[in-house]
Amino acid sequence: MTKVRRSFLPHPFLTTILVVVWCLLANGITLGTVVFGTILGLLIPLATAAYWPDAPKGVPPAKVLVYILIVVWDILVANVVVAWIVLTRRNQDMRSTWVTVPLELRTPEAIAILAGTITLTPGTVTADMSDEGHCLLVHALDADDPAAVRDEIKSRYERRLKEIFE
Amino acid sequence: MTGIVLIEIVIAAALVVGALFMLVGSIGLLKLDSPMKRLHAPTKAATLGVGALLAASMIHAFAFGDGSLKELLIMAFLFVTAPISANFIAKVAIHRGQDMPPPEPPNDDTWSTLDAPDTRPGRPDAPVEP
Amino acid sequence: MIAPDRLYDLALVFAFAALALAQLLAMIRLVIGPDVTDRILALDTMVVDAIGLIVLLGIAQGTQIYFEAALIFAMLGFVSTVAYARFILRGDIIE
Repeated sequence: MTKVRRSFLPHPFLTTILVVVWCLLANGITLGTVVFGTILGLLIPLATAAYWPDAPKGVPPAKVLVYILIVVWDILVANVVVAWIVLTRRNQDMRSTWVTVPLELRTPEAIAILAGTITLTPGTVTADMSDEGHCLLVHALDADDPAAVRDEIKSRYERRLKEIFE
Repeated sequence: MTGIVLIEIVIAAALVVGALFMLVGSIGLLKLDSPMKRLHAPTKAATLGVGALLAASMIHAFAFGDGSLKELLIMAFLFVTAPISANFIAKVAIHRGQDMPPPEPPNDDTWSTLDAPDTRPGRPDAPVEP
Repeated sequence: MIAPDRLYDLALVFAFAALALAQLLAMIRLVIGPDVTDRILALDTMVVDAIGLIVLLGIAQGTQIYFEAALIFAMLGFVSTVAYARFILRGDIIE
């Protein structure tokens, strides 16, 4: 049964997202948009399945929701903090540094989400990844202590992503 | 009547907040003095700025016309792509060597942007003789 | 000029002015450079500001017909930023 389901529905979550996006684009939930969205939602994952052979299985929705709420809150705070720093701090007073974050995550999807989260949140931008994929290079706009920034990223985001994906 | 006034106040607040954040993003783009610092202001301020403007547009459409949730699509698209463009621009900054050089990674050889293929004879990326 | 018959029309005028100013500041950065990194970043910012202006136009005229323009602007802006960056990094866009 699982095998049959996986052969024509490799990514049920992606299928759901595609149906919702199609309905939003057509701006209305009618029979036509839902049916056509479902057709697209079945065909596109099949056509692109070769590019992501092992998608993460069994992601707990409650933890994902908590993570999204934390990130949205941090984005709101981040914007105010960065705006304040940009407007009030003089350039030579900003202590911007590079921070290296060693990674415990191994799933590519989780690392991508972590990098995106770091870019969207307080005064940090993901700049690069090491050649073997074992650490991230992060640029901090205004940080007294690079170790503190690294520890906060690891404890606040990476730990939760590790619980979600691994 | 008071309901409409309340909605108008919310729309006005969202418009002002969004416009201010986008203005701050551009001010930061002009004011800061190194490429990596400049990257922070627009990518942060622009996402929330456009987010607030789109929220205002959505509330406006629901209150005064035919409501739609289409704006959510633009918002989701911008929030997904903003980190990717920021990452690419940061890689360009590292590649051009405009900013201070990044530190060595603690447990790997080098950063992937600086990882030039080693094409000397006998090395892994040497060109294969026909 | 919009006649201020609703409460938020003043905010709308303010938002138009702020976004136009933001667009101008980004354009100054685009002209003075000093490096190609800053020019890509300035273009990226200008695209986001243009999306904001399109959304504001939609609110001011009370229509939804500009939505597709804003969405296509967002997609083209992202793709062009990545293409510029890719070209600088590799000297080629499609390898």
